[in-house]
Amino acid sequence: MKLSQFVAMLLLSTVTAFAQPTFPVNGVADKRSTPTAFTNATIIISPTTTVSNATLLVQDGKILAVGTNVAVPKEAQVINCTGKFIYPAFIDAFTDYGVPRVERAPGFNFFAPAQLTNNQKGAFGWNQAIRADIDAGKLFSTDDSRAKNLRDIGFGAVFTHQKDGIARGTGAVVTLAADKENNTILKDKAAAVYSFSKGSSTQSYPSSMMGCIALLKQTYYDAEWYKTNADKEGVNLSLKAFNEAQNLPQIFDIAERGNGDASSKWNALRADRIGDAFGKQYIIKGLGYEYQRIDEMKKTGATFILPLNFPAAMDVEDAADVRFVAVADMKHWELAPTQPAAFEKNAIPFCLTTNDNRDPRQFFANLKKAIENGLSETAALEALLTTPAKVLEVADKVGSLEKGKLANFFITNGPVFADKSTILQTYVQGIKYAVKEDAWYSTNGEYALAIQQKGSTQNFTVSIKNNQATVIAKDSVQGKWVFDGTQVKLNFNAGKKAKSGYKLSGINNGDVWQGTGLDSSSELVTWQMTLVKETTTKADSVKPKALPTVGTLSYPLNGYGFEKAPTAQTLLFKNATVWTSAKDGILKETDVLLKDGKIAAIGKSLSSAGATVIDATNKHLTPGLIDEHSHIAVSSINEGGQSVTSEVRIGDNINPDDINIYRQLSGGVTTSHILHGSANTIGGQTQLLKLRWGVNDEDMKFAGADGFIKFALGENVKRSPAQQNNRFPDSRMGVEQVMVDAFTRAREYEKAIAAANPPSATKKGTLAKQNPWATVRRDLELDALVEILNKKRFITCHSYVQSEIVGALRVAEQFGFTLNTFTHILEGYKVADKMKAHGAAVSTFSDWWTYKMEVVDAIPQNASIMQRVGLNVAINSDDAEMARRLNHEAAKSVKYAGMSEENALKMVTINPATMLHVDKQVGSIEIGKDADVVLWSQHPLSVYAQAEKTVVDGIVYFDREKDAQLRKNIVQEKNRLMQKMAGEKRAGMPTVPAAASMEVMHSCGDHFHKHGLLVIDQH
Amino acid sequence: MKKILYSFLFLTTVATAQETVYPAPAQKGSIAINNATIHVGNGAVITNGSIVFENGKITQVNTSATATAATVINANGKHVYPGLILSSSNLGLLEVPSVRATVDANEIGEINANVRSIVAYNTDSKVINTLKANGILLANIAPNGSLLQGTSSVVQLDAWHWEDAAYAIDKGVHINLPSLLNRPNPFAEFLGTASNTDPLKRGLEQIEKLKQFFRDAKAYNANPTAYPVNIKLSAVKGLFTQQQKLFVAAETVKEMLIAIDFAKEFGCQVVIVGGSDSYLIAPLLKQNNIPVILGQCHTLPTLQDDDVDQPYKTPAILQKAGVLFAINDDDGNSRFRNLAFNAGTAAAYGLTKEEALAAVSLNAAKILGIDAKTGSLEVGKDANIVISAGDLLDMKTSIVEHAFIQGRKVSLETKQTQLAKRYEVKYGL
Repeated sequence: MKLSQFVAMLLLSTVTAFAQPTFPVNGVADKRSTPTAFTNATIIISPTTTVSNATLLVQDGKILAVGTNVAVPKEAQVINCTGKFIYPAFIDAFTDYGVPRVERAPGFNFFAPAQLTNNQKGAFGWNQAIRADIDAGKLFSTDDSRAKNLRDIGFGAVFTHQKDGIARGTGAVVTLAADKENNTILKDKAAAVYSFSKGSSTQSYPSSMMGCIALLKQTYYDAEWYKTNADKEGVNLSLKAFNEAQNLPQIFDIAERGNGDASSKWNALRADRIGDAFGKQYIIKGLGYEYQRIDEMKKTGATFILPLNFPAAMDVEDAADVRFVAVADMKHWELAPTQPAAFEKNAIPFCLTTNDNRDPRQFFANLKKAIENGLSETAALEALLTTPAKVLEVADKVGSLEKGKLANFFITNGPVFADKSTILQTYVQGIKYAVKEDAWYSTNGEYALAIQQKGSTQNFTVSIKNNQATVIAKDSVQGKWVFDGTQVKLNFNAGKKAKSGYKLSGINNGDVWQGTGLDSSSELVTWQMTLVKETTTKADSVKPKALPTVGTLSYPLNGYGFEKAPTAQTLLFKNATVWTSAKDGILKETDVLLKDGKIAAIGKSLSSAGATVIDATNKHLTPGLIDEHSHIAVSSINEGGQSVTSEVRIGDNINPDDINIYRQLSGGVTTSHILHGSANTIGGQTQLLKLRWGVNDEDMKFAGADGFIKFALGENVKRSPAQQNNRFPDSRMGVEQVMVDAFTRAREYEKAIAAANPPSATKKGTLAKQNPWATVRRDLELDALVEILNKKRFITCHSYVQSEIVGALRVAEQFGFTLNTFTHILEGYKVADKMKAHGAAVSTFSDWWTYKMEVVDAIPQNASIMQRVGLNVAINSDDAEMARRLNHEAAKSVKYAGMSEENALKMVTINPATMLHVDKQVGSIEIGKDADVVLWSQHPLSVYAQAEKTVVDGIVYFDREKDAQLRKNIVQEKNRLMQKMAGEKRAGMPTVPAAASMEVMHSCGDHFHKHGLLVIDQH
Repeated sequence: MKKILYSFLFLTTVATAQETVYPAPAQKGSIAINNATIHVGNGAVITNGSIVFENGKITQVNTSATATAATVINANGKHVYPGLILSSSNLGLLEVPSVRATVDANEIGEINANVRSIVAYNTDSKVINTLKANGILLANIAPNGSLLQGTSSVVQLDAWHWEDAAYAIDKGVHINLPSLLNRPNPFAEFLGTASNTDPLKRGLEQIEKLKQFFRDAKAYNANPTAYPVNIKLSAVKGLFTQQQKLFVAAETVKEMLIAIDFAKEFGCQVVIVGGSDSYLIAPLLKQNNIPVILGQCHTLPTLQDDDVDQPYKTPAILQKAGVLFAINDDDGNSRFRNLAFNAGTAAAYGLTKEEALAAVSLNAAKILGIDAKTGSLEVGKDANIVISAGDLLDMKTSIVEHAFIQGRKVSLETKQTQLAKRYEVKYGL
């Protein structure tokens, strides 16, 4: 390109902002509508269509024509784009551009007063986290400094919304033009957005992941009900707005409170399941860990919006700091850049967003990194063009360069993802925004420089290459060359040893550069420089590089995960002491055959073709241990926002990555009952899990097991540890009434449903089945309570003191059901007879006591006394550490109360199985039952016993020999990653300090012992 | 099983309230324990031996099965142990953690060198008897709190009052090093700390504050008359004359290295308390002669990558490296009574049973500076003796039948045995 043309282009205005008819003009009318033709360019019309030597014709912010046969009208301004590439401007499907940010409310505090109602003023709904009323289009204002950052990396339009609340209302699609909002909003209500974060809501409910899920589900029901029952509710602007947004694209931001860690990937599935329940397919905004479960991501059927927030390498020089960094975090550093490629490979549609990058330039650098890690350029373009345009339903306006669409594009001097390519200009709605103007014109070439001083002329040859000037006079010397596209500065000495030199400055006029300067004696000179010979450099292309070598994924992604899912084996344990926990008692020198996931045979001298034979001589085989009360493997445990939260479900937030699953397998646990915490009287629905290490959240669930729910009494629910309590109840008197009230309401609810859906209506051949929800508000809280009344859901009740225990029994009896299990039940020995008469089972600690007021009368003989009175007694953990020693905890009843060893082991095997209603499947070694067994090195009640193999469904999930190998692998893998990170640091890449890999651990709130340096206890 | 039941009944027939569980009177006459398996505490085991004690002191430890004395206990089939020692505990300072009025374990302020745990030790704590019943006869009572927590004293667990209980007064000066972990910010909101505070920087500042205190104390105690009276500085005088030891709560390598640095700079004997990562620097601890009181074995591994049984096998690593260590039980839920089983767990993961026993008896006595008086079953030491029906370290067989403190036969009754009895009466069991 001739420089003169370039200069002409610079001087001509391409601003074609459109005046709005209704807006008065202060001055004279200045309406311009000249077409502009970008000629001789390589035009990427869409991710899959590229034309070379083509023309793009734009007018009034829109594309008039594009292609190789475009007639350029004579009135058009022509910009010669020889050697240039034109791309459709990118679209970011997830930002809060131009919308005010809100301050996040602090997290739930177990000990602080509760805010039980919505603080938002106005005719809104009951919960402050449902911000369906937000209309980002009304909040939006152009923010040119943010827009510039995005335009500089090629973006022309974004989806924007206010990041506040679990329902975040609607967002808008806007362009990044520095123009009036009237012009830049493409679609003011473009999509509805949801999240797992309460945002600015200070209301106590919901305080948990499960609570967020339940609240959103209830809101769907409420909104549906509101459509026909507004007279009952009054004006509810939240529900009204919620309904109005239902036909828009639905985006789910899986962010939760805090920054999100590896377990956040499960949020994608949680969101998708909410969508499934209400016929919605969300577009899922991920957090960067989704690659760790790519098969599950694919099954959601969702389009994803993926961030490119790859972690920086850690500084691994201080061994004392690196000691606290988990391999999982180091592997994420290595594997995060493979995420987009993994999505492409699995044909999961996705967009890419700058949302999670603090600096958009980092986004662009990471995009190239993603390409190095296997993402194809076409897929990258699709993720930034066609896919976001499609999911936001703005493909008629943006996403490709076609007639009638917005003139949103950017011009580069080479293929956009190539190393040396630069974005020169970005056009948004036809308006030019310079990005790197000076790079448009290549100044590479040879020039003749003439310097005039007092009538004499000195001549030099100047060679410019990549913004470096070499001046050839007597010697060849480097000059200092600064060119900003218009103005130029050149400083040089006339020779290597010359004392004279020049400081020149000026501007370019076409191929001639001229100006003034000073010589070394500060005498004025004038100068001219003329292009003699242009040198062209070839634009490089992205060379196909070999994919970097990265570590393998494991399930879960940590040191103890499986690289390949294990399968059920045919296992034959020979010559073991078999504790059947069944009528056969303890069998000496007995064989047990596991086949197809079941216990196939028990006896002497068994054999089975193809079986793996395990010599169990002098060893003991027991049923897998069952923990009636545990809090592992979840993302939240306590919904403490209200006194009745029967709507929340532990099963909605299972976290299969929890290392404590593996640790407990090493202690022989195979089935765990995950209970809601004890923050409130009626807590959430529980979840029975099998400890199938490495499977996904759904597959961990114990299939077909009866549903349970956690209730709690006493100090925790009346919030005794809090500085002050404003939540009913504040006494055991109130606790009882919370239950009475809840069940009374449940009864009334059930009646209302029945009335709305008369039995005759459901008979065949009569009236069509009526929908009770047309008149009755579907209430998830009461649904669960109705299940209890109908003996379809069963209570496990956290309880300590005799008064409250008897109180709970009588409430159950008043409502005609049996209270299934009392858990903790440390004063159970005082009212064992009453529980026996009622028919309750009990699950307790062996020896915990006096850690709070209501347990000062706890005794280690409790289990034994209750058992001798005739109750079904279990020993549970309620503690991730102690769960690894349940057998030892059971043995303490032998010590303190002389219980038989066989009965002691039953307290952690068949007894909890019975109280959990799964004794047909697990809890004993009997033919036909699930192959859940533990091989112990010695007598299982002895402190010296170690679990050698723990088997669930015939699959060996823990094997002490394999564990030894895994330990070695962890050391090797950590070393490999440390070397790699150190290499990054040597190569000058930025690093971050090695940060300890903290773990959040959930508990009831009852604990007064430490769990280690890296554990953050969360109640 | 008959024996178990017998001893159970024996224990629970006396009284109806803990208030009537009396501290035992001084030993009168000699007592012999015959036909016993004697676990000396120093690694030795005497099978079928005998022990005699008189006036509170052990007078004979025999390899012969029988000895004569005024009272003879036939311990045929039983195991005899030195009384176990809880190395660092807030026992008696804190009754119900969630009830503030019952908590006397923390003081206000960062430097509380002058605070003495012994004066708040409540001999009537309901927890104490449950420890005796599990073979724990001595405990080092230490304050909690922030930086310099105060002094600890060793007590025996059968007393009317703290002055009777005192076994070694103010011999430990306890400091709690600030965490030097580089915690990532995402968790700041859970930790309740502002995200912009640098825990490392703050920690190092606090450590410097501590060091300055000890520098001042060293100078002051070299010539107290030259200074205005300062009860904080004088409280740690013994550190510089080897009359006191400096107990440093430290978990990570960095923290432990700082503890070693304290020993070097101030020439005092340092004991690390906690030491969850002590196995990583066992040779250094050995070289610097730094003993460790390990926190309970019954805890989770620190990092998700750590060996699943790391806390269980840490004692064996220290043992192999020749580090002097004790095992502690600081469990706030079961309240310290599982000391023997923590040792048992260590024995399941690499220690011999006798090494594990030493970790809760003689080693603890050495670390606390009371090994001349107790910690093992050796002639001349106090008759702090436990007789168990079986292996004391294994809950399956650990049934304490007799316990003697300074030769006094102590009651093994507890509030809990009394409550059990009360309801056995109710149900006619």
